[in-house]
Amino acid sequence: MGATVTTANSEEKTWGGGNEPLRASYGKLMMWFFIVSDALTFSGFLAAYGFSRFKFIETWPLPDEVFTHFPFMHGVSAPMYYVALMTFILIFSSVTMVLAVDAGHQMKRSKVAFYMFLTIIGGLIFVGSQAWEWKNFIKGEYGAIETKGGSLLQFVDDHGKRVALADFAATLPEERTQLERNKGKWFMEEASLPAYSVAEVQAGFEAHPNIRVRTEVIYKDDAAAKADPKIDHTLSKHKHKTVLTREESAAMLANAHLVVEGANLTRNEYGSKLFADFFFFITGFHGFHVFSGVIINIIIFFNVLLGTYDKRRNYEMVEKVGLYWHFVDLVWVFVFTFFYLV
Amino acid sequence: MSHEHVSNTKRIWVVFGILSVITTFEVAMGIIKPDALHMNNFLSMNLLNWLFIILTLVKAYYIVWAFMHMEGEKAGLRWAVVAPVIFLVLYLLFILLVEGDYVFEVFKSSIIKWNF
Repeated sequence: MGATVTTANSEEKTWGGGNEPLRASYGKLMMWFFIVSDALTFSGFLAAYGFSRFKFIETWPLPDEVFTHFPFMHGVSAPMYYVALMTFILIFSSVTMVLAVDAGHQMKRSKVAFYMFLTIIGGLIFVGSQAWEWKNFIKGEYGAIETKGGSLLQFVDDHGKRVALADFAATLPEERTQLERNKGKWFMEEASLPAYSVAEVQAGFEAHPNIRVRTEVIYKDDAAAKADPKIDHTLSKHKHKTVLTREESAAMLANAHLVVEGANLTRNEYGSKLFADFFFFITGFHGFHVFSGVIINIIIFFNVLLGTYDKRRNYEMVEKVGLYWHFVDLVWVFVFTFFYLV
Repeated sequence: MSHEHVSNTKRIWVVFGILSVITTFEVAMGIIKPDALHMNNFLSMNLLNWLFIILTLVKAYYIVWAFMHMEGEKAGLRWAVVAPVIFLVLYLLFILLVEGDYVFEVFKSSIIKWNF
């Protein structure tokens, strides 16, 4: 037992080993310092996200326009409800974890096992929710156009409401086969083709006079912006994306280069290319932490059932994985703020 | 340090209540976006974002102090864990955000046309 739980403590043998100057066991101390280094890793990611966001502060996507889905509510714009639910699930699984730790202090095996079980279920629901969130993010909802210069054009109707490409794109008698490995001259292939070609979107735009282009730029309600004849000032609202006039929309769309649907690591229909990269990387890295937390919790759960910690007369192992689990919750609190709220 | 193994389930539920109320409040604010907060700036960031960040730090405090039981640890351990994180994060944020803002200004005011 000496290797896992240090109990010896004598003030006289300062250099003899086995004493605990911070009154915490070796294992717990090391878990704390692992958490410190992991916290700094996540801080690095979030600070890099902040850097990119400040760099493109006038064109960054608005989160409440991106994350608007809720299960079984199709076509309803529900900004943040789903992610709020996910946050509650994770906070609640933190509560059951701390209850398990508390029961461990009282050496109540069945109570520890019960609360550990609830924690594992909460973690699995959270990871599943994140997968669903990713699915919606990758699939996209409206589609967009990328210009030759790399900026992104979205579409709204004459009330300023978002319009999906599928709602107005024309169907042209054109055939475009996907380049696959077996038809290439060399190791050539391409990503799956979007549902509409650039020409189809342009033709659909011509045919529907109520469609306007919405740019990535966040509209500022000041004198300089108001004097700009290219902007539709009735549809553009302060701190929302800029909507162009019909004439300027047509001019912008003439520069169209690619149809973008959904999101991948190269481009996404929401705006800045970096936005999707950071979203995938930071929520993915957090999701990986939740996943490994669930695995560790399952191992400890079975140890509790087998009575390992009863034999050890010490439930500190539950406390250590509890620290990790709370840390995962702590990171989510920050991810939630910086990706969804701010 | 609390090696006396007293049950403090009441405290756990109180903290859960606090965290839930804060999260609900944050989501409500994020959806309503009151103009008084959203349209007024302090240090070139709007008051709503300041509110979110402060509430996040409050939540972080409760998670670390109550759930991770930092309040029961020795002061030495508390400082060893919290001080490096706070110092390095503030330092990193200062460098990266100032630099990000500078790059933004260069893109905005220079003769290089990057968005067309």
